[in-house]
Amino acid sequence: MANARLFLLGAALILSSLFFLFWGLSGNTWFIFELRSKKLITLITVGGAVSVATILFQTISANRILTPAIMGFDALYILLQTLLVVVIGGANWALLPDSIVFLLTSAIMVGASLLLYQFLLQKDGRHLHVLILVGVIFGLLFRSLTSFIQRLIDPSEFAMIQSTMFASFGSVDENSLIISCIIFLLCTLLVFKYSTFLDVMALGKQMAVSLGVSYISFQRLTLVVISLLVCISTALVGPITFLGLLVSALTYKIAGSLEHKKLLIISFLLGALFLVIGQTIFERLLRLQSTLSIVIEFFGGMLFLYLVLRKRFK
Amino acid sequence: MKLHHEKIAATLILAGLILLSIVIGVADINTETIVLSRIPRTMAAVLAGASLAIAGLIIQILVRNKFVEPGTTGSTEAAMLGVLCVTIFAPGLSIILKMLCAVFSSLVGTIGFLSLAKNLPNDQPLLIPLVGLIYAGVIGAGVTFLAYQGDLLQYLGVWMSGEFSGILSGRYEILWLAGIAAIVAYLSADQLTVVGLGEAATINLGLNYSQVMMVGVATVAMVTGIVVVTIGILPFIGLVVPNVVSRLMGDNLKQALPRVAFLGGILVLSSDIIGRIIRFPYEIPAGTIFGVIGAAVFLYLLLKRPSNG
Repeated sequence: MANARLFLLGAALILSSLFFLFWGLSGNTWFIFELRSKKLITLITVGGAVSVATILFQTISANRILTPAIMGFDALYILLQTLLVVVIGGANWALLPDSIVFLLTSAIMVGASLLLYQFLLQKDGRHLHVLILVGVIFGLLFRSLTSFIQRLIDPSEFAMIQSTMFASFGSVDENSLIISCIIFLLCTLLVFKYSTFLDVMALGKQMAVSLGVSYISFQRLTLVVISLLVCISTALVGPITFLGLLVSALTYKIAGSLEHKKLLIISFLLGALFLVIGQTIFERLLRLQSTLSIVIEFFGGMLFLYLVLRKRFK
Repeated sequence: MKLHHEKIAATLILAGLILLSIVIGVADINTETIVLSRIPRTMAAVLAGASLAIAGLIIQILVRNKFVEPGTTGSTEAAMLGVLCVTIFAPGLSIILKMLCAVFSSLVGTIGFLSLAKNLPNDQPLLIPLVGLIYAGVIGAGVTFLAYQGDLLQYLGVWMSGEFSGILSGRYEILWLAGIAAIVAYLSADQLTVVGLGEAATINLGLNYSQVMMVGVATVAMVTGIVVVTIGILPFIGLVVPNVVSRLMGDNLKQALPRVAFLGGILVLSSDIIGRIIRFPYEIPAGTIFGVIGAAVFLYLLLKRPSNG
């Protein structure tokens, strides 16, 4: 049953990708094809990265409402990038190749998020809602700090960061895309390798420890993977707050199993499918550029409200 | 005696800040700059800060939750939606009518949040601000979408960070209305306190619950709408100020209201002054400055909270 759903999802992703690539392909065929395939790879990588990161985060924080984006991960990434521009200086920044910048920011991001979120997650006994609220406010703080720093720097330096602040699937640097794909593949391989440990961790910290899983070190490892995945998606297209939530909520419904191998594959397929279909509809049918992220924001927010209020209305 | 000292100190600080605010700036100081720009700007900062802080206190009483403010109950976003709709569909309206639209739409947004909040369980106090934040986010997404379609994103950006540099004489006076709304709140402080005890207690004590509730909501919507139209978004004021005052001196509303007003005015005015100095001769919006300070203070309040929630 679950396998049939997996196949269906996979087939849907392949079909929609083909549709995205070849529909209305005319004129300067090769040029358009190249452009589209780059975009397609971006969409799939980002959708996959956001979804996998969300599932992982929900497992290690033992809940189904929190997502990295709600907890302010991507706001932290943007803040770090802004700080980096200030420290290095705009002129030097512009000289650096995109891929180096990307690697540098990612490295700092991994360190910073480890410090911050491990502190938050390990505060035992803290109520889930405190954690969410603290995360949301951290996100707001990061955003305020970012806009504060951006007011301090040159307009030309500002222009360099501006593109990371809004989600857009338009222009993506080729080298960054290749690096992102490699990191994404490595991350997913790693996660797959220890997915059975994730299954055990989902039982809760006490259970996991008594079953012989080194909970803290696996939590740390998972946080590193999550930060890397967030780096990929934010660096490539910018923040998309509620995509992860939409996808993870659907994943648990569809998967019909709590095995992480299945959860991860399904969430990856769903995330990619979401973005490819969404982008096809918005770009080709409605001719609205880059508003996809706003729509995801809107419906994702609605879903969030529903998830929180559902218990009450039942 | 102690109370007396406190009053004098607060008045002195505010007077000092007002003086500073009148003196500091890029333009040469002469009667014209002072009358046309500095005094209106200073007054606007004080009025906006005081009335927003009071609006925050009122909404906290109405929702019976210390972690909400107009920005987390959809009031601010709804007001923006109102202004945006007016700008797109009827750009020629006068500023008073624009303000009325903002106030009305803020009213609808706040009532919407209150009816959501009513359905939330009482034993999880932090769920309410969380739902509020997302609710505001959903309205915000709608605002961004509209602005994007109407090519008004840049226009929207101006509001996103509330600032006072555009305030000239003749462009801020409706803020006095917000001040009047705050005075109304002071006059109805006793009724609001009773409403803060809950619906059953209110009716038991012989007060018309929905009527007082409406007055409170209207005050909040009015203040929010006016501030959004004239200045933009000033985040966290309505949250941080009442919480600080309540920490320092408890929850007697009638005593707290003037202090909340004073502290709100002082904080916004100092944010504005800091914003003018820190990158002289350029300016940083007061909203951005306070966004950083306010978020930090709020985090402190949350994490310091005894973990009984």
